Amino acid sequence: MMATEREMEFAAGLVNLAAATADTRDLAKKIRQHALRMTNAGGGSHIGAIYSCADLLAVLYGGTLRVEPAAPQSPTRDRFVLSKGHAGAGLYAALAERGFFSLDKLATHYQDGSELCGHVSHELPGIEVSTGALGHGLSIATGMAYSGKLKSAAHRVFCMLSDGECDEGSIWEAALFAGHHGLSNLIAIVDFNQLQGLGRTSDILRLDPFADKWKAFGWDVREVDGHDHNLLQQTFAEVPFASDKPSCVIAHTTKGKGVSFMEDTVLWHYRTPRGAEFEGALAELEVA
Amino acid sequence: MRDAVVRTLTELAPQHPEMLFLTGDLGFGVVEKFAARFPHQFLNVGVAEQNMSGLAAGLALEGHSVFTYSIGNFPTLRCLEQIRNDICYHDANVKIISVGGGMSYGPVGMSHHATEDLAILRSLPNMTVFSPGDLWEAAEAARYLVKQKGPAYLRLDKSAAKLNPREGEAFIPGKIRTVQEGLDVTLAATGGILGEALRAAEILAGQGIRSRVLSVHTLKPLDTATLITAAKETGGIVSIEEHNVDGGLGGAIAESLMECGVVPRFFSRIGLRNTFSSVVGSQQYLRNVYGLDAEAIARAVSAKLVRAVSSVA
Repeated sequence: MMATEREMEFAAGLVNLAAATADTRDLAKKIRQHALRMTNAGGGSHIGAIYSCADLLAVLYGGTLRVEPAAPQSPTRDRFVLSKGHAGAGLYAALAERGFFSLDKLATHYQDGSELCGHVSHELPGIEVSTGALGHGLSIATGMAYSGKLKSAAHRVFCMLSDGECDEGSIWEAALFAGHHGLSNLIAIVDFNQLQGLGRTSDILRLDPFADKWKAFGWDVREVDGHDHNLLQQTFAEVPFASDKPSCVIAHTTKGKGVSFMEDTVLWHYRTPRGAEFEGALAELEVA
Repeated sequence: MRDAVVRTLTELAPQHPEMLFLTGDLGFGVVEKFAARFPHQFLNVGVAEQNMSGLAAGLALEGHSVFTYSIGNFPTLRCLEQIRNDICYHDANVKIISVGGGMSYGPVGMSHHATEDLAILRSLPNMTVFSPGDLWEAAEAARYLVKQKGPAYLRLDKSAAKLNPREGEAFIPGKIRTVQEGLDVTLAATGGILGEALRAAEILAGQGIRSRVLSVHTLKPLDTATLITAAKETGGIVSIEEHNVDGGLGGAIAESLMECGVVPRFFSRIGLRNTFSSVVGSQQYLRNVYGLDAEAIARAVSAKLVRAVSSVA
């Protein structure tokens, strides 16, 4: 199979990778800072779920995804579907930083008359689909990938899921379909922070053996540290992992990653950062 | 109706390479020819209607014109949130075909009876709803949907009124089809039960009552103008549907007439009343049981007319 442009870039030397990693780390920091201000100002929630995937979003939008901010509907673009729509503020921040729309817009999040609703909205350039109800995104992404195969198109379709979302049967309907049809242009990324609505995924509805489930459904699976930019870049550069299978990246993450008191707690799935907590979080992010 | 629709899609598929036909593993003896002739435009997604609907949305967003196909409530209620969020909110070019409208699948039981689908589907923004009354309307609706963009629901009945289009008659989506003229009462039917309405009109004619019979093949958008005319010109309006009356055809007519400030001399909804059918029997048998057959419709109409006349006197 022909090496992708990105693969060739990486093959050119680790210097590029190191530079790219520094950029994506900076982007991740900015995503976290924006999201904190956005949830603070709007009285929003889900900051913990945004922070667990901030590094993933930064790596995706910091080079992995072949997207053109000036031509968000370009037919050759990679598609990205955020199925865990509650991390909308994180995606808005990534897109604004990449120039899909102005950074000023971020301040309107949750505000009356804004397009930036809590759960991600396709009214904004760069956003393929609106989500929010869990278990929808993978089917849509699978449809996009199937279309890509029909057209022999070169673009890929990435879809980010939460782990709690994998309780939904529709995820496994889509997983079964994508495996059956060998949609190698489809990449599912699971933000596996092991916390869901009311507690630990292991206590509420066990997903383990998680990687084995995806494998059994016909996917090629890699498990990675979802906060290791270097590793994430290398991993995404290697998709598809198999030429005849969809790829699944299980990203082991920490909910609330980046702010000590938010890490690995269910509380920060819901709580709005205010007052001293807001200031403290901002200070921690600044020195990170 | 099913065969008429699949025939139409088969005829149009070559000119519409963007068209895709998805089935939730149903259509034995019906879809095979299409699948064999157009393997790249056919996809059996398996028994997974949620995925079928989300998948259809994803395909439509990539430029395909997608039909989803299954029985009764499977392609509609089972995956309602996918239809609402993924298809309708994105105004995706997905047309849902459900076969077995009303109690078409009579003896197999309530799981296969589609008796709330019209109310639920028509409540969704961006959705167009077709419920044809005869084979010609079914085929013409399908022909229209191949060319039309946006979410739509096509409800197909096993029964069909035995009608032929008039010479040169054109199928106009969104326009009620007047299949018989009359001034004493309007019988407005949707779906294959149009056949019962026509037979009821014959019985009423024997009693000297001349019925205007309307086929409301498009439930959304609803042709309010034709209904207003019927309310003004005829002695009353009776809606007839093989469906629970809440939010169905009768509800739609009442909403639109009330909003226009037009009150028919009398108004009556014939349909299921807060009922799941647990009785075993053919579609015709169940129509008899639930007062949806021609005789019952005629009895209800003449009783209403007598009351309406005596209350005026």
